[in-house]
Amino acid sequence: MKPSRGTLLATLLGVALIASAAPLKTDPAKSTVSAVFKQMNVPVEAKFKKFSAQIDYDAAKPDLARANVEIETASLDIGDPDMNQEVAKKEWFNSAQFPKASFVSSAIKSAGPGKLSVSGKLTIKGKVSEVSFPLTVKAEAGKQVFEGALPIKRLAYSIGEGEWRDTSMVADDVVIKFRVTAGL
Amino acid sequence: MQQRYTTVAIVFHWLIALMIVGSFTMGLVMTDIPGITPTKLKYYSWHKWAGVTILLLATLRLLWRLGHAAPPYPAQMPGWQKTAANALHGLLYVLMFAVPLSGYLYTLSAGIPVVYFGLFQLPVIIDPNPALKPVLKAVHFWLNMTLATCVAGHVAAALKHHFIDRDGIIKRMMPSRQ
Repeated sequence: MKPSRGTLLATLLGVALIASAAPLKTDPAKSTVSAVFKQMNVPVEAKFKKFSAQIDYDAAKPDLARANVEIETASLDIGDPDMNQEVAKKEWFNSAQFPKASFVSSAIKSAGPGKLSVSGKLTIKGKVSEVSFPLTVKAEAGKQVFEGALPIKRLAYSIGEGEWRDTSMVADDVVIKFRVTAGL
Repeated sequence: MQQRYTTVAIVFHWLIALMIVGSFTMGLVMTDIPGITPTKLKYYSWHKWAGVTILLLATLRLLWRLGHAAPPYPAQMPGWQKTAANALHGLLYVLMFAVPLSGYLYTLSAGIPVVYFGLFQLPVIIDPNPALKPVLKAVHFWLNMTLATCVAGHVAAALKHHFIDRDGIIKRMMPSRQ
């Protein structure tokens, strides 16, 4: 993952120099990224225990904002040790080969007060796709709270191969929910 | 001539007996499957649906039983046996509720609600609770072992009455021959 860090650093520096947008520091204690899905119609919300988010945001210049999020796929906590081991396997995230899933924004536009429209590249299990989703941002205790949800189809990223392709077992629809708190 | 239970009571008895044996067996089989497989997840769901069904049937059965007294024991049956039989029947009734309820609370403590037949979600009466989860797991297991022991005793007693005492008491719970 070194190249993406390098790119990110360059991006951050570039943005800082050109637009003087503000790179924010993420507060992990007040940030969550989770996957919401249905298993035989039973709603499950599982949190990723390890992720990092680099957000560059200035409320005065929202269109210059940038975001880069990296998630450790093996850190998904479904609440059961067997399940947690299962999701890191080849059929699911294949965390040995693809330890991280990432999102890198390509464009962030203001979409009304407290709202942003975000597009960018989502990479999971080596599969890259362009996604866009709405985001809300609000100031809370001197920090910015970014909240949103990104619906994806798990099979588009080969999450759940072989007999796990069966969507009556685990639904194809997965929502990645996040709430990231970051400040200067 | 031995008096029989009502037909409704007989249907409840055998239906619930069949479901208890089925879901008990499924419980043993599914927890024996290593790791996580689609089959295992399917069995867990089926087991939960079966448990909820037993709970519903047990409720209806209890209501029916409250309104319809059991036929009398044979006159020659010793008093202690009548007391023991009543106690065991009472315990079986308690376990018919306690076993599925403990399982229901166990899955809720694990943060997995029951979606009955995959169609509608049943009430979440307790929050996910990682500390309570192993406790409820043990409670569910031991209630099941108690139930298995009680059922074994119940069956052994019925067979003893049928083959040794030959007092015809087993006919109380058998479908009518007509």
